[in-house]
Amino acid sequence: MVYGLTFVVAVTVDWMIPRFMPGDPVAGMVARANVSQPAAVEAMRQYYTGLFGFDQPLWRQYLNFWTALLHGDFGISIWVFPTPVSDVIMGAVPYTLGLMIPSVLLSWVVGNRLGAYAARRRLLDNTVLPVGYVLTAMPYMWLAVLLAWGLGVIAGVFPIAGGYSFSMQPNWSAEFLLDLLHHWALPFASLFLVALGGWAIGMRNMIIYELESDYSTYLAALGAPQRLIRRYAFRNAVLPQITGLALQLGVLVAGALVTEIVFSYPGLGSLILKAIQNQDFFLLQGTFMFIVLGVLAANFIIDIVYVVVDPRTRAGMAGAQA
Amino acid sequence: MSLRVSDLKVHYRTLRGDVRALDGVSFELGDAEILGLAGESGCGKTTLGKSLIRMDGRMRHVGGTVELDGTELPIGDDRRMNDFRFHEVSLVPQYSMSALNPTRKIGKMVGELLRSRGVTPDTAKLLGRLDAVGLPHEVLDRYPIELSGGMKQRMVMVISTLLDPSLLIADEVTSALDVSTQKAVARALAGFRDNGFVKSMIFITHDISLTYQIADTIMVMYAGRLAEKAPARTIVEAPRHPYTRMLIDSLPEVGVRHADRRLSGIAGSPPSLLDPPAGCRFRDRCPLAFDRCAEEPPAAEIAPDHFVACWKA
Repeated sequence: MVYGLTFVVAVTVDWMIPRFMPGDPVAGMVARANVSQPAAVEAMRQYYTGLFGFDQPLWRQYLNFWTALLHGDFGISIWVFPTPVSDVIMGAVPYTLGLMIPSVLLSWVVGNRLGAYAARRRLLDNTVLPVGYVLTAMPYMWLAVLLAWGLGVIAGVFPIAGGYSFSMQPNWSAEFLLDLLHHWALPFASLFLVALGGWAIGMRNMIIYELESDYSTYLAALGAPQRLIRRYAFRNAVLPQITGLALQLGVLVAGALVTEIVFSYPGLGSLILKAIQNQDFFLLQGTFMFIVLGVLAANFIIDIVYVVVDPRTRAGMAGAQA
Repeated sequence: MSLRVSDLKVHYRTLRGDVRALDGVSFELGDAEILGLAGESGCGKTTLGKSLIRMDGRMRHVGGTVELDGTELPIGDDRRMNDFRFHEVSLVPQYSMSALNPTRKIGKMVGELLRSRGVTPDTAKLLGRLDAVGLPHEVLDRYPIELSGGMKQRMVMVISTLLDPSLLIADEVTSALDVSTQKAVARALAGFRDNGFVKSMIFITHDISLTYQIADTIMVMYAGRLAEKAPARTIVEAPRHPYTRMLIDSLPEVGVRHADRRLSGIAGSPPSLLDPPAGCRFRDRCPLAFDRCAEEPPAAEIAPDHFVACWKA
């Protein structure tokens, strides 16, 4: 229900944004065609306007948008006319997912472990905490620029742009995959590091809270070994971190998009930039739509996971009271 | 004699110095005896309870010994003390409502706890104990939030006494319950003693009237020291320490119209334990105080099993 409502609002906003941006995409296309005869210009303008449905009233355009969307049709790109938007997006999606999924999941898992360890060792705590704060406070693009400059430009260890070397064609050879990995390392590292700090700090605080809670004290008074108490504390401390993951997802996606732009990584982020530069309504709409759907789906999955791992939410759904 | 505490001193470390929460307390607890430990907030009763099973990080064992069934308890040594916890000394905490891990089914948690202490879970015994406190067997398959407050309380009582400890410390177990359940819980605890689930018990509370109902002996503490210790009946009917007397007088009585006789409290407040005054600590609030009270009164046995720390007793 909530997801349905969110979806409708997101689609509407998504439709509105490019349309209320200043500028005229058709004029841009016609200008690119470099035609000087006024009659030809007029003909082209009419053809394109009709093709994209800009001649219809706004409410009609809005309804058309919904109909097309429900048919899985995102329209035709203006920037790489006449490729359908869905094809353009599908070309970029693997790069973004390949970047996002490992960095989000790994930083979450490693951050939680690190935080849990930090909570029990003073020495580790004194290093993890400040480093964690510095990392979370970093804007994604700043760390990305720093990494690109340090490891790419100065050290020359990693390439600083693109998803693969310009001299190569995408294929499944080992050589190409290695090259892909090589280009993937820096954007991944910047996303991973920034997220890592936040998770580690959150987990450290949660573990300390859980270890001071009544059930931990009770178990300790009954002489239960630290191992058991830690295990319970970790399990309970992870629950809010799962919620945190759901909440952070949107921010993480935004971070990934900016990072992609810094590294000219051929994912959705770079696509959005191109779409804006070229006034490509349909590509922009399609990309946003895809991201919104992705975040919604991920949130939905996290919600389900949460119900599975926390018995209290299950009882709440069954109408029981604590 | 099951428990013998001699001159126990436990201080809290704070930035402003040591708080002498427990400053030389000695008493004995017989087999199958229930000792009611009473006194106002900050008198050291909870500190005493904690010292006997697990001190928290700020507490420091300064002096004195605790002997349980002839063995000295290493109360200042958290690691060595672990052997005695649960097996010999156990605890029903003040926070029973939140003492169980909320994300584990109770039965599973109990199993994990027992195995972690090197004990093979004995299902028949566990079920028998549930019957004894009137809990259905299904609770083992439930999460703590599915139980009511009273059920959780009884569950914790069952878990804590599962290994038949020699000493059970019940710390303010009734303070979170309403009056109608308080008595039932107190009775259940006395039943544990009668059935031999525990050998002896220290029942900590600030509610003297409830203590009177289940305790054999009542010990009244004041400002980190023992004030008076006597059989329950003696404490209530013939108290000798002025503090105990004023404490008993401040309780409402059935049949007395308080429009005629106003309930009296005890004026003043206890001294700071950061730097306690020399001599009797009740001196400033005591109507009987005289010159000699500047000297510290020893806990003298004025009648068999009746100890009073007062020069005038």
